[in-house]
Amino acid sequence: MTETPATPAQSKEQPIKASEIDPKFKYELQKIHGAENILKCFQCGNCTSDCPVARYSDSYRPRTLIHMALLGLKDRVLKSDTLWLCAACYTCTDHCPQGVEVANVIRVFRNLAVENSCIPQVFKEQIAAVLESGYAYKIPELRIKKRETLGLPPLPKGSGESVRKALKGVKVIDNTQKPTGEQANVQQR
Amino acid sequence: MSSNDKFLIFLGCAIPYRVSAYEISARKVLAKLGVELVEMPEFNCCGLPLDPVSHETMLILAAKNLALAEQQGLNIIALCPGCAGTLKKVNKLLKADKALKEEINGHLKEAGLEFKGAIDVKHLLQVLKEDVGVEKIKSLVVKPLTNLKVAEHNGCHILRPKEYIGFDDPEDPQTLKMLIEATGATCLDYMDETECCGAPSVGVSDKVALALARDKLNHIKQVEAQALITICPFCHIMYDTNELRIEKMFNETYGIPILHYPQLLGLAMGMKPEELAFNELRVNASKILKQVTQETTT
Repeated sequence: MTETPATPAQSKEQPIKASEIDPKFKYELQKIHGAENILKCFQCGNCTSDCPVARYSDSYRPRTLIHMALLGLKDRVLKSDTLWLCAACYTCTDHCPQGVEVANVIRVFRNLAVENSCIPQVFKEQIAAVLESGYAYKIPELRIKKRETLGLPPLPKGSGESVRKALKGVKVIDNTQKPTGEQANVQQR
Repeated sequence: MSSNDKFLIFLGCAIPYRVSAYEISARKVLAKLGVELVEMPEFNCCGLPLDPVSHETMLILAAKNLALAEQQGLNIIALCPGCAGTLKKVNKLLKADKALKEEINGHLKEAGLEFKGAIDVKHLLQVLKEDVGVEKIKSLVVKPLTNLKVAEHNGCHILRPKEYIGFDDPEDPQTLKMLIEATGATCLDYMDETECCGAPSVGVSDKVALALARDKLNHIKQVEAQALITICPFCHIMYDTNELRIEKMFNETYGIPILHYPQLLGLAMGMKPEELAFNELRVNASKILKQVTQETTT
């Protein structure tokens, strides 16, 4: 029987192999701004029990994600679909008795996932829009014209060019601009 | 350096994209309160939407706006709590961390800018509380909304994380309540008041997002609020745009109009619904408008 690569959903069900554990992952994380206190997590579960998303989602559990990271399950964490469910409401951050800044840790996971080429389409579109006009959305011409009839002043000039200058050298942004393979979607917009 | 009645207005992206009623009513109300608004000379996204992708990008985008504002020598008033929170946080981070400031300034230099840390950032709500003051607001209320019972939804980024936002208690916020009561209306307490509206999960999992909003609307309905008052473009979109969808999907009936706080205040200040862009609301507000106008004419 030929083996097909496991999807993240399937891999969750599979037993953990010692070979997939990266024991240094937590020390890597500790050096990243926002995740400095991750080692202080004692798995109390406050983050998950107070999480509004966890209440309605069958899969999103911030405590589990942190546990997996501390165990060294780097690939499973970074490829997890549930990572993108966090609403960034910061309730977990405010309620963590250990000062782990859970929402920031989730953000760090997401940033690392993006570096490993896992990025939801919606973010690609926003990057493209910001690089083009400075605004996170493409504001329709009609809206811009309508401002005058509504008695609103003209919109501030969006500054795509100066944004591109300021973001020069930011690795992730440079990568999403490459017009190859999957990244081509960004360019089409 | 900056006075407390003149601000640089930071609109953000969502408001000009699809929430003009909030901008229209906020500008009207602020003018009446004697707050002068100066337009940003140049603008880019505050950075928040791209934080999940790249924290560094968020820092640069926010700092760039702060540097632009510093050139104007004015403090920022933001209408969107997401923008306000992000700019506040980055302002604080960069002021405190010299190495980080230098790193970000390295990027800004490419665009001919420099972050110095010379201004402050406030959300509309904080300006109304701290710079205008509730007494002044009350003094301009000519049509108190005495028999109106509403509920408030603060949203997350106006409250949390406390370390960076810190002007109200995230567990039991009082500012918006106080400002609602200044209009003469009653602000009702309800279950899970400080919980997220669900908007950030739209697109990732509509199921989760709509379930969150539905529960909130149920709790608001249970206390018989006649309207829900928001101060965030995203929370407003979440409820106003999705209320009918949630009603259909879950077989519920709400009929609760979602008002931007400045619309409520404007009514109490004697402004007409047309001036305050009530026609832009998707959930019909005519029932409460009728009540308000009838009461004030008698």
